Amino acid sequence: MIRQELKKLVVYGFFLAILLIPMLGFKSTTFEPGRAFKTLGVFMAILVLNLIVKTIRSRKKQEDAEPKTPLTERAAERINRFPKIYTLGGLLVVAVAYPMFADNYMIDVAITCLIYVCLGLGLNVVVGLCGLLDLGYIAFYAVGAYTYSILNLTFGLSFWAALPLGIVLGMVVGCIIGYPTLKMRGDYLAIVTLGFGEIVRLVLNNWDSLTAGPNGLFGMKKPALYYPSFAEDSFSWAIYYLKSLPALYYFILLIAILTIISVRRLDNSRIGRAWIAIREDEVAAELSGVPTTWIKLLAYALGAAFASVAGAFFAAKLSYTNPNFFLFMESCIVLSIVVLGGVGSIPGIVIAAFVLIAAPEVFRGLENYRMLAFGGIMTTMMILKPEGIIPASRRRRELHEGEAIKPKE
Amino acid sequence: MTTTQPILELTKVHTYYGNIHALKGVSCSIPKGEIACLIGANGAGKSTTLMTIFGVQQASQGEIRFKGQPIHKLRPEKVAAMGVSQSPEGRQIFPRMSTQENLEMGAFLRKDKAEVERDLEWVFSLFPVLKDRVRQLGGTLSGGEQQMLAIGRALMSRPELLLLDEPSLGLAPKLVEKIFETILEINKSGVTIFLVEQNAHMALTVSRTGYVMETGRVILTDKASALLENEQVKKAYLGE
Repeated sequence: MIRQELKKLVVYGFFLAILLIPMLGFKSTTFEPGRAFKTLGVFMAILVLNLIVKTIRSRKKQEDAEPKTPLTERAAERINRFPKIYTLGGLLVVAVAYPMFADNYMIDVAITCLIYVCLGLGLNVVVGLCGLLDLGYIAFYAVGAYTYSILNLTFGLSFWAALPLGIVLGMVVGCIIGYPTLKMRGDYLAIVTLGFGEIVRLVLNNWDSLTAGPNGLFGMKKPALYYPSFAEDSFSWAIYYLKSLPALYYFILLIAILTIISVRRLDNSRIGRAWIAIREDEVAAELSGVPTTWIKLLAYALGAAFASVAGAFFAAKLSYTNPNFFLFMESCIVLSIVVLGGVGSIPGIVIAAFVLIAAPEVFRGLENYRMLAFGGIMTTMMILKPEGIIPASRRRRELHEGEAIKPKE
Repeated sequence: MTTTQPILELTKVHTYYGNIHALKGVSCSIPKGEIACLIGANGAGKSTTLMTIFGVQQASQGEIRFKGQPIHKLRPEKVAAMGVSQSPEGRQIFPRMSTQENLEMGAFLRKDKAEVERDLEWVFSLFPVLKDRVRQLGGTLSGGEQQMLAIGRALMSRPELLLLDEPSLGLAPKLVEKIFETILEINKSGVTIFLVEQNAHMALTVSRTGYVMETGRVILTDKASALLENEQVKKAYLGE
């Protein structure tokens, strides 16, 4: 086992070294092997870490195989139960405290990460739960962004007034793509959704009178908070615009938390089970009385709604939007987040969003090679852990319980 | 023999798969409380008949009545809600759901939790092996267990009419016998069963009425016991 892993380590290391050759400095004037070696070091560290984790895990498995006394079982249960609350609480504290320690640039990156958390979780409804491969998901993000921009600029609607309209429009557009593709699956669906994503982008690019074409729209107001004011002895609502980066950060943090909670609730609901049934076997789901047409449309609509909220926030934050924000590449990144995190797994997707969005920023020092590093991470991940960073918990739970319960004699 | 009103009645039903004319005027009627079977060769349209009854495939012509109500225009979930249930061919279970979750999916349309719990116990009493596999993923069950799971799932909606598509497909002879015993037991509890089978001998033995299908048409209808003695059936389907 360990020998096998070591062999893997050497082979992967070798291939990584080859990949990193261009970084050695054929670039132009400077020869900087240090950079390449640093990157190689980071990757090797990841590989070694993986090796250690695997070794520990295999040891643990051996321990698990031994019959447990009730005492150790109780201890194990305790360890399993408590850390979850601590981890979640700890994460929340870190998330809330983050802007106090980070500079503006780091907060900005975190905001982008949180936007992608929302997008990843939204796409997870469509791809992870319902099993519909959607390559044009970013179109719904664009719908949300443009809906808010246009409503705000033309009618002066505030963020809060425009948000429900954006959600509804996103859902409608979700159904528009969902309805004609009801009978499609897999590759065919992927191609149709890919085309759809491009159509939306091209419409935004060419409908000059509404979207200002490639110039984009600008000057949208930030989201605002309203609070009662008693100044000058009279009561009125004062407006506080979320202009500063920390304020925007807390706002998107709240949206992300709400998204996590709603996706989690959906996952455990009747609708969630219907989605999973459709993913597993559509005919069998139909025979069980699942109204497949509606349930699939609902997956598209809800997935689109999450993207639409994220889009509206994105446009409001930048006060600017432009069709080139919604390229096919963005759909790919969101899909990568879902796959990399572990299809159907909420914590996995959250982590993957941070890894995939923050990684290119972390590797900014590598300049032109940062996308190479990015691709390297993805490839390494998929080879080492094809089921994702954290496999969906319901799957793990079932597998685990299946092992634990011994068949009756 | 059958003075009771038929629970299911098909009148000249036509179904197309795109350009393929799969059912060319199928008529049959299933009396309440009975086991009826539809036998025939591969590709005769047996499964299509069941899928058409359920509304997964829409009938282009003809009429299907369940308890006197026309159902040929209804969506599958509506048909299921009326009390029809189907165990599909080839053990189409949900592979990455546990046995328990598979069975619970069968009760998807039901709201009466306590009753569902009771029916779950009933299914476990019919197929005790499923109880041992309750947390195991459907895809990891053996062929026979998957077939039992598919039938059990169909029973979880507490149907009045159970459509069984090839329950013996790919199973060892001993297991086939066991499945058919259970089918009889299910029937005794008051569920009407419409059975589609290639294993003609077994199907005709447990059934009261038999239909023989060939290239989209019902070519013979008789008491099952008579069909077992029928020369044409013997030659074509019983291998005698």
